[in-house]
Amino acid sequence: MSHEQAPSTTEAAIRATGTRALIGYLPVGYPDQATCVEAVVALAEAGFTAVELGVPYSDPGMDGPVIQAATQATLERGFRLEELFQTLEAISARTDIPLLVMTYWNPVLRYGVDRFAERFAAAGGAGLITPDLTPENAAEWLAAAKRHHLDRVFLAAPSSSDARLDAVIDASTGFVYTVSTMGTTGTRADVDQAARALADRIAARAEALGRDTLRCVGVGISTGEHVRQVLDYADGAIVGSALVRALGEGGVPALRELAASLALGTLDGGPATPAPAEKGIPA
Amino acid sequence: MTDTSTTGADRTGTERLRDQHGPWYGPYGGVYMPEPLMAAIDELTTCYEQCRTDPAFQAEFVRLSRDYTGRPSLLTEATRLSEQAGARILLKREDLNHTGSHKINNVLGQALVAQRLGKTRLIAETGAGQHGVATATAAALFGMECVVYMGEVDTERQALNVARMRLLGAEVVPVTSGSRTLKDAINEGLRDWVANVDTTHYLMGTVAGPHPFPEMVRDFHRAIGEEAREQTIAMTGGLPDAVLACVGGGSNAMGIFDAFLDDEGVRLIGLEAAGDGADTERHALSIERGAPGLLHGMRTYLLQDDDGQTLESHSISAGLDYPGVGPQHAWLHDIGRAEYLPVSDAEAMDAFLALTRAEGIIPAIESAHAVAGALRLAKEQPGSTLVVSLSGRGDKDVATAGRWFDMLDEGAQQQ
Repeated sequence: MSHEQAPSTTEAAIRATGTRALIGYLPVGYPDQATCVEAVVALAEAGFTAVELGVPYSDPGMDGPVIQAATQATLERGFRLEELFQTLEAISARTDIPLLVMTYWNPVLRYGVDRFAERFAAAGGAGLITPDLTPENAAEWLAAAKRHHLDRVFLAAPSSSDARLDAVIDASTGFVYTVSTMGTTGTRADVDQAARALADRIAARAEALGRDTLRCVGVGISTGEHVRQVLDYADGAIVGSALVRALGEGGVPALRELAASLALGTLDGGPATPAPAEKGIPA
Repeated sequence: MTDTSTTGADRTGTERLRDQHGPWYGPYGGVYMPEPLMAAIDELTTCYEQCRTDPAFQAEFVRLSRDYTGRPSLLTEATRLSEQAGARILLKREDLNHTGSHKINNVLGQALVAQRLGKTRLIAETGAGQHGVATATAAALFGMECVVYMGEVDTERQALNVARMRLLGAEVVPVTSGSRTLKDAINEGLRDWVANVDTTHYLMGTVAGPHPFPEMVRDFHRAIGEEAREQTIAMTGGLPDAVLACVGGGSNAMGIFDAFLDDEGVRLIGLEAAGDGADTERHALSIERGAPGLLHGMRTYLLQDDDGQTLESHSISAGLDYPGVGPQHAWLHDIGRAEYLPVSDAEAMDAFLALTRAEGIIPAIESAHAVAGALRLAKEQPGSTLVVSLSGRGDKDVATAGRWFDMLDEGAQQQ
């Protein structure tokens, strides 16, 4: 079982922050291969705890509009899976930050699950976040992940039953990805409350299972104040769309600026002057 | 939770091919969905299990099918076409259903399920617009809110159906992502469902997607095959030699195949859209030219590249323009119970005109693929009896056909 293993690199990195982690999402290869590498290095330099690279996919059922537009543009410029491994190698040569990859499952399946895991580990990847692969379908991946010492991060949702949460907690290493989506009328406060309730439920289920599971939350976080709010109840805050938008609109300098302001939210007490809460979009 | 221990191995052998339950059809099907939708899928699965065995539910479904849709649909002997083709061709007239296609069967069934689940909002994807029109119709009938996602490309080639949906009170959302066709409309629909799952039922229009959709949609269409089998026996004194239907996602085909699955002597033939031709790269031959993979929550044959990216399909028929196929079809193909053959745009349009001129029946271009398959089979097996699923009527395709056959005057051409 996973809990018999030593803590993963990702888990160790999150614990080293005093469970006030900041994780950034960027699509791999966006806007181009070289800029993507620079962007990840910039997040590491800004004090991010880990980075999550999204693999562009033709049918991204879980992505919001900002990320979808970025990954579609990346596919249109000719992204191939090989570029993921090259990018991981290039980043690993520059920084030790744990590199997680979020991927829909068909590209991995097509490549061959074990072959992918082997290549991914060799390129410096720390683990996979799998939005459309739930634990009940993950036997082959879990075996490959164990063989190649990779983290497997599964998603938990506010609607997940206790039995489903138990399966997610049991199958996950590194952390559990706590998602909360915003309905058409949802406000940031509603979403934050749903995420908090879910993070508390995961903690309770994990305790009953004798596990000390870390919970990282992605809920449309776009300011340092949002980061501070989320870290009040979770072990890590995941920022996606806001970073992608900054990188797309203002390149690495704009990304660096946003990253610095987000990182302020990880300090105890947060920024001196809290930014006003605003309506976010799903990470 | 989904049980993955049930694989197809125990479905072969002496077991009946009818009444197969999901989530697995051999190695195909399953539930590959994001966690935020798993609760809704589980809730739907449980509810459908109850509906399936609840006499009150079934009675209400049968009543609506009779009094609203107009079931049973006719079986029409295509006398003049048969004479020309050299085989006895019987048309299962789903085109005569209310709303003009088989799609209404499934929509009424799922609207009843949605009502039982307490949902007040229906969302759907549509390609040709037939499923969207049917869903908008059910929403009007049940007093529910309705949003239909439709690829931008399809809103252009099926403008009339867009207007029909709006007349019925539905909101039609043109989808501009990806290939801007059916598969992208499904992606948008699933995204909407993630965000609004408390109030909303995703009304999948074909025998695809995660369990329970392939099973549930097939069950709501099974009257097509049950009626056709009975009507054929009554009309000819025996079973047909073959049953033919077009296959995009494959709902009308699954509906008409189902009753014949255990009739070993009856060939079951699905016609996939070959677009520009089976020897070109522009087609929708998911089974013939695809490979197993994941799309829209299921494992099935799909058109994909070496990186596992879904490829765009191509067909003159919006309803067949889909790079995947229902998982039960994938399994029927692998075990050899059904055959899947290509029909090009040109062959389908020839059959479209042949049926129209011989019988005064204008078919949907989707259904014309099945007619083309029958005309081809008639040459190979003269004198055989062929049941063809005429899944929809062709009113929506008149502009496309008019352009294809150069029958529009110059002013209309420019529209």
